[in-house]
Amino acid sequence: MYLALAPDTIARWQFGMTTVYHYLFVPLTISLVAITAGLETAYVRTGRTKYFHATKFWGKLFLINIAMGVVTGLVQEFQFGMNWSAYSRFVGDVFGAPLALEALLAFFFESTFIGLWIFGWDKLPKKVHCACIWMVSIGTILSTYFILAANSFMQNPVGFSLDKTAGKAHLTDIGAVLFQKLNLVVVAHTLTAAFLTGAAFVMGISAIHLWRAARLQRRGRPTDLKQVAAMRTSLRLGLVLAVIFGLGTAISGDKLGEVMFEQQPMKMAAAEALWDKEAPAPFSAFSVPDTAQRRNSVDIQVPGLLSFLAHKDFHSAVPGIDDTARAEAAAYGGSPSEYIPNVPMTYWGFRAMILFGMTSFSLGAAGLWLTRRKFWLAPEHRTGSFDVPRLMLTKNRELGAMASGLAWRAGILTLAFPVIANSFGWIFTAMGRQPWAVTGLLRTVDAVSPNVSLTEQLVTLIGFSLLYIALAVVELKLLVKYAGGGPVTSERPPLRDIKLGGESTLEGSPRDADKPLAFAY
Amino acid sequence: MHLHDLWFVVIALLWVGYFFLEGFDFGVGILTRVLARGETERRVLLNTIGPVWDGNEVWLVTAAGATFAAFPDWYATMFSGFYLPMFVILLCLILRGVAFEYRHKRDGERWKRNWEAIVFVTSLVLAFLWGVLFAAMVHGLPIGADHEYHGGLAELVQPYALLGGVTTTVLFTFHGAVFASLKTVGSIRHRARHLAQTAGGLTVLLLLAFLTWTQVGTGNVRSLIAEAVAVLAVLVSLGFNFGAREGRAFVASGLSVVASTAMLFLALFPQVMPSSLNAAWSLTATNAAAGSYTLGIITWVAGFATPLVLLYQGWTYWVFRKRIGVQHIPVAAHAPVHRVAP
Ligand code: HDD
Ligand code: HEM
Repeated sequence: MYLALAPDTIARWQFGMTTVYHYLFVPLTISLVAITAGLETAYVRTGRTKYFHATKFWGKLFLINIAMGVVTGLVQEFQFGMNWSAYSRFVGDVFGAPLALEALLAFFFESTFIGLWIFGWDKLPKKVHCACIWMVSIGTILSTYFILAANSFMQNPVGFSLDKTAGKAHLTDIGAVLFQKLNLVVVAHTLTAAFLTGAAFVMGISAIHLWRAARLQRRGRPTDLKQVAAMRTSLRLGLVLAVIFGLGTAISGDKLGEVMFEQQPMKMAAAEALWDKEAPAPFSAFSVPDTAQRRNSVDIQVPGLLSFLAHKDFHSAVPGIDDTARAEAAAYGGSPSEYIPNVPMTYWGFRAMILFGMTSFSLGAAGLWLTRRKFWLAPEHRTGSFDVPRLMLTKNRELGAMASGLAWRAGILTLAFPVIANSFGWIFTAMGRQPWAVTGLLRTVDAVSPNVSLTEQLVTLIGFSLLYIALAVVELKLLVKYAGGGPVTSERPPLRDIKLGGESTLEGSPRDADKPLAFAY
Repeated sequence: MHLHDLWFVVIALLWVGYFFLEGFDFGVGILTRVLARGETERRVLLNTIGPVWDGNEVWLVTAAGATFAAFPDWYATMFSGFYLPMFVILLCLILRGVAFEYRHKRDGERWKRNWEAIVFVTSLVLAFLWGVLFAAMVHGLPIGADHEYHGGLAELVQPYALLGGVTTTVLFTFHGAVFASLKTVGSIRHRARHLAQTAGGLTVLLLLAFLTWTQVGTGNVRSLIAEAVAVLAVLVSLGFNFGAREGRAFVASGLSVVASTAMLFLALFPQVMPSSLNAAWSLTATNAAAGSYTLGIITWVAGFATPLVLLYQGWTYWVFRKRIGVQHIPVAAHAPVHRVAP
């Protein structure tokens, strides 16, 4: 049999494919729902229509996105049993618990309140309606927490005892699983990265509309000022969030690196393509790892920096791939080469994550400066809330036409960069863990379903791939259509603030009974 | 009572909840073809379940997640054993969810027609497949000493399982028709009632046949009582339906879904996946269960969360209690006016 068609290879492909796909939507969902909630809160508190239009606009994009998040999540929930039955039997006792908690505490929350929010615009009092979207937001964050606790257990198993005869891990301490250091840092890193993702998305799409309005105005054509107002607010919000959460991502990522050096030295050695233990250890700026030769054919390094990243000093030793592999082989048997993950993927995944994500952070910082309203700006250059912001380089100097065009375009082009960063981050995390499914306890080859045939696996792998590609096209088209359309400024907020139960529901009751629904499928 | 017996009951209740709730969802989905005349009526039907279907589906996610936690071996054997059917179920759930959310997001006859067709087909397939899988599970499957499934699709394509599938399909259609008559106004409401009458009659026959078959195979006194309740509930529901007491008819049709699902679990207990090869190889509530520590934790959480879930899901149904008819359907979904800049 071809190695490429080994059951565990197909199962891994399938898991990687479906999970990366699920995770394309998840960070956007987490952040857009919070952004929408924030905007709706601003609307409820100030009553200003620009907030209402922005709420509706980002809310709609959020809904298009979450629909895919939900349905691809179902696959996640099923596929542990389908493709990884040996894994499920082995860790179900530990791993199932956070998953069950997630369903009970988070998914019911999200899905119920999202229905209320979508259909409830004219059925709920304003504040209650706004509370509903906050509930959804809390749900997404809870859901992140629990699922990451499950994942952190796979990365660094804690709070369990091993039943060797039954071949099962038993949970002994749920607190350890939920609150282990790794999980706390991973949650922080994942959530900040999710918000950076939403920020870049909001930045980019607002930039499309503002730039378009600017060009229309230059040609003396009419523009929708309400749209400009809503998009301007959104742009600033996106820029601020990109800076805050970009910083947060970097800080938490740095911390995560430290934890990883301690818990999974192999992953970090591979991430740095560091073959042998070195003291002080250099940080690799650019390497071409050569797995066969166990060295890098090209190496550009910053001396001592890796020691600093791992231990916060410039001289301590950092173990390399080869010595870690030997240590693992001594502990678990077999030959050292079995314990080496895919080094190029791990190395480049790590770098792609940082590069793509940090680009959005830098653009956020630059944009925050360029579009400032007052700070270090001559009064005649200040713009009002219905104007397209001018990109001001210094107190009096505006960015030239060419450069502003480039600046707007840069924002637009990078709107999905953190999405890419997130995928690479997870690919790095998951592949750097190999050959383990559960570090030190269960190998990926031993985790697959023994009774599922190759044909069946191929059917589902191909089936899901085709469906996912088709849905990606549909979703992209809808996103382009709704994002490109911009806020619908002809839309009015619901006029009356309904009191709960105030409305008659009897058939044939006067007046409101035949009013069309505010929202209908 | 042992914790794992309690959790057998909890898992049963989660499936009961799922079939009660998504049962009428599936039914309404099927009705979009069978009952609705024209696009507006289809939209009326879709909107009766619009605010709630997602919440209903989470009962399935929870049932799966809770099985994973409480009975890892049950989860592993069931999902890997039913590999291809589960794949089809996933495809249908994915397409159906997306269809609800995306159908109205673009104008265009073909776009809408396609999504509507998807709602119908996936609802039908799902209603059928769940019946087949549960029947097959109760019937017993070739499970080896290693707790792995050693059969193929043939175990599912057998008369008993297929009858199970037909029964759930008709039962859910009936339940959905009663729900539709409760939630709509105008001519569609009356047609839904008439359809419920026919579907209900058929349901009685099928339930009698399928549940009695089950009873003969693995039944006991308790499952016999459940069978009786299930059949009687349909008859009661038909009576209320005939008298246009739609609320009561719905409670009764719901009760029949509850009782038939409960009947299957009662017939199963204390096994969870009986082996047709050797009774000693069967998965049971004892040998498939997680450790008592895990069970203890999830018992606490479920004890705290379930009342809360029932409370806010109940509230959703109350907020959207109003009947809807063709007059409530807004003419066009607000499509954005602008196009993307080149
Ligand atoms: C926008 C996305 C983004 C950005 C800009 C960064 N990361 Fe990240 N990173 C992720 C998105 C991400 C992620 C996708 O969310 C991961 C995958 C697993 C996880 O917990 O978070 C991740 C994982 C991850 C891991 C591995 C954790 C593990 O194996 O469990 C490390 C060590 C870092 N990151 C470190 C960093 C550093 C030092 C960054 C520097 C600036 C950084 N990340 C930016
Ligand atoms: C937090 C929840 C997650 C859990 C519980 C989880 C669990 C798993 C499991 C069981 C496997 C298969 C066993 C293995 O290959 O080791 C796996 C592999 C993988 N996962 Fe994760 N995963 C999670 C998150 C993610 C995310 C969000 C992504 C990507 C966006 C991801 C990407 C991958 C990839 C690419 C593989 C295949 C790695 C390989 O086999 O080389 N995972 N994960």
